Amino acid sequence: MATLLAIGTGKGLFLATSNDGRRGWEVSGPHFPMTGVYAVAVDKRPGTPRVLAGTTSSHFGPSVASSDDLGASWQEPDQAPVAFPADTGVSLGRVWQLTPAGADQPDVVWAGTEPSALFRSDDGGRSFTLVRALWDHPHRERWGAGFGGQAVHSVLPHPRDPARMAVAMSTGGVYRTEDGGASWAPGNTGIRAYFLPDEWPEFGQCVHKIARDAGDPERLYAQNHHGVYRSDDDGRTWTSIAAGLPSDFGFPMVAHPSRSGTIYAFPLTADAQRYPVDHRCRVYRSIDAGDKWEPLTVGLPEGPFHPSVLRDAMCVDDADPAGVYFGTRSGEVYASRDEGDSWSLVAAHLPDVLCVRAAEL
Amino acid sequence: MVTVLLPGPLRGEAGGASRLTVAATGTLRGVLDELAGAWPRLARRIRDERGELRRYVNVYVDGEDCRHVGGLDTPVGDGAEVQVLPSVAGG
Repeated sequence: MATLLAIGTGKGLFLATSNDGRRGWEVSGPHFPMTGVYAVAVDKRPGTPRVLAGTTSSHFGPSVASSDDLGASWQEPDQAPVAFPADTGVSLGRVWQLTPAGADQPDVVWAGTEPSALFRSDDGGRSFTLVRALWDHPHRERWGAGFGGQAVHSVLPHPRDPARMAVAMSTGGVYRTEDGGASWAPGNTGIRAYFLPDEWPEFGQCVHKIARDAGDPERLYAQNHHGVYRSDDDGRTWTSIAAGLPSDFGFPMVAHPSRSGTIYAFPLTADAQRYPVDHRCRVYRSIDAGDKWEPLTVGLPEGPFHPSVLRDAMCVDDADPAGVYFGTRSGEVYASRDEGDSWSLVAAHLPDVLCVRAAEL
Repeated sequence: MVTVLLPGPLRGEAGGASRLTVAATGTLRGVLDELAGAWPRLARRIRDERGELRRYVNVYVDGEDCRHVGGLDTPVGDGAEVQVLPSVAGG
């Protein structure tokens, strides 16, 4: 069984393939050289797996391309796949997230963008339409921009109810719909915004990433700009699960593909100290939905380690046992084929890693 | 007729051509609109969905940076040369 690991970097997309049970990897690329690849998806719903890449050229702008032959060739429509309607008066900065919907909606793909907006595709990711109700939300004028830009970076369809979805943006926080996107409400109760005069606002939080539990779709996890949280009510309210972590700052939050309660994080020291805690390379795993955490270090660098891991630069595949992957801003990619117990280097000396996604083919 | 000169990174979106002939005159906007009809993927790399020139794309009309003349309203006469160049930007 082959495994594909797609690695989006600041200067192109790299594709790593393993044909020996995720022991060895062959890396091709860069595809889309000199573009920032902030979003990538491996969509297994079609008969042939489709790779989607959100690219941004600093000169020639953003686009979305797809490949139905694992990167041997790429297709891009003539018209911009993701574009804001004329009446909005804005233009697309970049696509931050590409999320295939559930198997019950085989042609639906969601795109989270900068500026903060959600787009829906009904043709497998070739063309997208703005979700108006979120764009027209009265809160929008008060959504802010973090250092990385103002973006919807997390899109979580509900696996059992296509009418429900949660998205997260920086800044703004979590927003939820229960009517297929016709209306949206903030879901940030319990998430602290220490950088605002009112530290417990209805919205305005700087949520860095949210993930949905594999077994309980009502359970979400959030890595916040300081703060790690769990929601047991589909993102309405949140409680801290940071007590067992060495720091509550970081960017990624990843849920195991099939085991309920198992999640992964990569803590950084603090907002003003964006280095791994103690300058050591450690992934943290919880197997009880965040009550307790354990550092995972076997096979990871033992010496001083300084690069951070960005919000989409950690992922799992869908194999059993699950593979876990992360890439660093210094261009290293590590993989675990045993759910995080041990790690090995997939690639080094790449450009800064912006996102990773993996799937068993 | 107007000649549009393309930089290397954009020629792949114009069938490999380094220069295109566009049957339009009047303003730069009109020339780029005409270009978009024939080569839409090329055109959207030069202008965004609002029709604005992308920040790090420079367009010269007969050697003059259009941003220093009239922007997209820069006059383009018959026989003019429109040159598209990426600016010195990027990391």
